[in-house]
Amino acid sequence: MIRALWNGFTSQLISLWRVLRHSFSRKATIQYPEQRPDLPPRYRGRIVLTRDPDGEERCVSCNLCAVACPVDCIALQKTESEDGRWYPQWFRINFSRCIYCGLCEEACPTYAIQLTPDYEMAEYERRNLVYEKEDLLINGPGKYPGYSFYRQAGLAIHGKDKGEAANEAPPVDPKSLMP
Amino acid sequence: MMAAALSAGGILLGLLALAASLIWFERRLLGIWQDRWGPNRLGPLGLGQIFADMIKILSKDDWIPPFADRPVFILAPCVAMGVALMAFAIVPITPEFHIAADWNIGLLFFLAIMSLGVYAVMLGGWASNSKYALLGGMRASAQTITYEVFMGLALMGVVIQAGSFSLTQIVLAQREGWYIVPQFVGFVTFLIAGLAETHRLPLDLPEAEHELTAGFHTEYSGGKFGMFFIGEYAGLILIAGMLSTLFLGGWLAPFGLPEAPLLWFSLKTLLFIVLFILLRAALPRPRYDQLMGFGWKVMLPLTLLNTVLTGAFVVAGAQP
Repeated sequence: MIRALWNGFTSQLISLWRVLRHSFSRKATIQYPEQRPDLPPRYRGRIVLTRDPDGEERCVSCNLCAVACPVDCIALQKTESEDGRWYPQWFRINFSRCIYCGLCEEACPTYAIQLTPDYEMAEYERRNLVYEKEDLLINGPGKYPGYSFYRQAGLAIHGKDKGEAANEAPPVDPKSLMP
Repeated sequence: MMAAALSAGGILLGLLALAASLIWFERRLLGIWQDRWGPNRLGPLGLGQIFADMIKILSKDDWIPPFADRPVFILAPCVAMGVALMAFAIVPITPEFHIAADWNIGLLFFLAIMSLGVYAVMLGGWASNSKYALLGGMRASAQTITYEVFMGLALMGVVIQAGSFSLTQIVLAQREGWYIVPQFVGFVTFLIAGLAETHRLPLDLPEAEHELTAGFHTEYSGGKFGMFFIGEYAGLILIAGMLSTLFLGGWLAPFGLPEAPLLWFSLKTLLFIVLFILLRAALPRPRYDQLMGFGWKVMLPLTLLNTVLTGAFVVAGAQP
């Protein structure tokens, strides 16, 4: 009885002391507008559309991102340039729905859609959270600087003829193979 | 007469302002002990939070539930605040700056007023006519009865040693040495009883928010809730002031340092306020039966023993 009392009393005193020591410990709070958190480079924040090294849009409007999106916040319309390149006529992401899961980035076959470590997207009006293509498109290649989809693919586009893609042999004229 | 009225008014206003600022103080300290900063945005050190809180709490909708017992519902917070302020009449802040500290029944008055305080909680819980409030009120009355018994007994050792119920006399009797040393058991038991009387964590079972939403003031809002709140913090200051008066020598300077009655009293009171907040930050709330068992089975015998032993020592010392 006395022993239990004594143990209880001392354990309370010890927890008081432990808490008191926290007066001098580092605070976990980041004083946000003045201090910024250090975000990892692969933090999933604002979504951007990137360009290839030649400055052309990477997006080929395959719609895989829109299909992969679990909250259906991506919408786009495909169109074609005269040399046969596909690109989105419009591309719309509703950031009031987006959950920043990054599945669109994983689904994208051309590294066009990417998530960036920017999180300061607060708006006073909800409709301002709907980003159009001109809001999403950036001027650089993002995380994959050297990659260009049309330089790998066999499709002939303006400035790159058939057979000029990477790892592609020049086309063979079958008639010239005749004995 | 004029001076007495002035000092009474000063003490009253100062107490109200202090009780309001304690809300900010407690939030800051709790924050620091939880590795946060607490409210530090509004004004220097976040002091503007005090005014923001006051404006908010007073301008909120003061709603009386239709099922409540209206007159009693209004009376309860008034009792809560009035009682806490009334008890301050007997606290000797300095030899001159007090209201009725040399009253020869000062300590009895304090105990009586503290017992009155339970009416606020009980009536508030009763008049709210809701299950949480009623449970809180019931717990409060049972807890107060339990802890009142040994709260008085804890102080008897001090009274026996000082030979007076007057708080000025008790402070003056501590000139040879503070009572925290010979009356350490009394000090600890009175501290715990004071926690229970003011419903402070860890002994805040009447308003245990995890079980009873907010206990006896569940149905209160706006200014009336504010009055309960202020009453509670004024009670905290009162218990801290009483602890420093009864056990730490009140306005007396420690270790032969220069005399500065107001400063020393404030520092000692602040020390206890910080201790109360630390207790809140560190200790978990006991179960209800643990609380009652602790009061009756541990604290009561301990205080009785302390009273008897103190009496025996004083009688033995008085023998020629």
